[in-house]
Amino acid sequence: MLANRRQFLGLSAAGAAAVVTSSPARAAKIKSNARIVILGAGAAGTAAANRLAERLDGAKITIVDARKQHLYQPGFTLIAAGLKPANYSVSGTGDWLPSDIDWIEEAAAEIDPVAKKIVTTGGKTVDYDYLVVATGIKLDFEAIEGMSLDLIGKNGIGSVYAGPDYAAKTWAEMDRFTETGGVGLFTRPGTEMKCAGAPLKYTFLTDDYARKKGTRGKTEIIYAAHNKTLFGVPIVNEKVRMLYEDRGFNTVYDHVMKAIDPGRKIATFATPDGDKEIGFDFTNVIPPMRSPDVIRNSPLPWTDKWTDQGWVEVDQYTMRHRRFPEVFAVGDAAGVPKGKTAASVKWQVPVAVDQLVAQIEGRESSETYNGYTSCPLITQVGKAMLIEFDYKNNLTPSFPGIIAPLEELWISWLMKEIALKPTYNAMLRGRA
Amino acid sequence: MKDVSIGMFIAVFEEIFGAGLFWGMVAAAAAILLAFLYLIVRDHKLESRRFLRAELWAPVGALAAILFVQFWTNSGFTDIGGPIDVIVLILIGSAGAIGLTILAYVVPSLLSGRRSA
Repeated sequence: MLANRRQFLGLSAAGAAAVVTSSPARAAKIKSNARIVILGAGAAGTAAANRLAERLDGAKITIVDARKQHLYQPGFTLIAAGLKPANYSVSGTGDWLPSDIDWIEEAAAEIDPVAKKIVTTGGKTVDYDYLVVATGIKLDFEAIEGMSLDLIGKNGIGSVYAGPDYAAKTWAEMDRFTETGGVGLFTRPGTEMKCAGAPLKYTFLTDDYARKKGTRGKTEIIYAAHNKTLFGVPIVNEKVRMLYEDRGFNTVYDHVMKAIDPGRKIATFATPDGDKEIGFDFTNVIPPMRSPDVIRNSPLPWTDKWTDQGWVEVDQYTMRHRRFPEVFAVGDAAGVPKGKTAASVKWQVPVAVDQLVAQIEGRESSETYNGYTSCPLITQVGKAMLIEFDYKNNLTPSFPGIIAPLEELWISWLMKEIALKPTYNAMLRGRA
Repeated sequence: MKDVSIGMFIAVFEEIFGAGLFWGMVAAAAAILLAFLYLIVRDHKLESRRFLRAELWAPVGALAAILFVQFWTNSGFTDIGGPIDVIVLILIGSAGAIGLTILAYVVPSLLSGRRSA
């Protein structure tokens, strides 16, 4: 039988309709009049706000953050490698927030988990039934003697972490350095830190530029590790050690930067054998990282560990506070052994939100966070290793048997460059 | 990753291209594919001559797709690091080749109107 045009179009439309109607129905919202306060509108706070707004009907959700700019922090490395402009990482905080929540454009100044209230820098008191702490991390540049933000971009001093504009200034210095050669000095702090792979990436990238510009022969690259390893996961550490050897990096261990002299271009390190000085022509300063003061001055941090850093005392599987069960912490501020990355946030937030909603409903949640972290460890422009692991230091590849975690691959670079930011954005909206 | 689902991939693609462009491209691809199937149904066969001519576009489509990805990203042929990279390269090339071949078959067929059997 000859099918005519009309029949064919009818059949096509029916097929399209079937695809549309087969998508799963959204779960019904939970009715609640709970007052939920979220501290911080970064990756974790914004994702939590969207997921809570999606799950709850009638809850009063308030997010507290003075920052008008939302920063896509995984982009800083690409900016500092001259591959993206500074505005690549910048969007508006309000662009990502659900319309039916309150945004107080102030920072939190005080948290009282006993009275269940917070006070903002403007003096507003906000009572809560549930609190989600997502304040992020404080970069403690002052802890390095002689260091300040205004030094970045001069005298060979860079700092990828400091922000998008500073990352761009760091690129200008790295670009200049790799034109001429000299001593490139790379470090990491002695504290917990966000994205522990970033210091390694930037070392690899500087090496790559020096090679491509033909100045690698005139360049010495020194990596000062804070302890006896290059990476906290043993199997990854071994791989990085091999790559460092292959690239000809000079690695020193147990070196923590404590002071910098921009005039003399000398950094001072605390080591088990006393202070040591290392000269540099270019360096990527990574300061110690701590919880913001508002957390450290509250009863929320751990009291028997990380006492100099102040991470929130949460159960590492549920993200619920161990002493204040209506308080959750997600993202960098959470006191868990691993997971100060956006990839961890992507897993932590749905867990914390489900735990919180379950608490409202009076049921037990089975959702848990296993310490998942991901690091597209760039080893040159165009190649990366897609490293994923959990609390147990097990590798947990998302694409087992397809994308090898410990190989320098183009596909891993494509993921970093093409898919990571869209995945992050989808995560902010609570869709990934 | 915690959840690898179709919904997440759709959300990611919507973020990459913007929802309008993404669904527009999906609709365009679907329309071209439907037109291709329609032509086969209409003509009772795959016009071998026309298809052979369309196939000449395949290498162009393959190369264009690969170069487009390399242009769009800061990477090139020297970044191929392992077997999966070669497979990805082949898949990108194949997508470009098949896409352009079908397009090259469909457009002249539709423009020239119904062929006599």
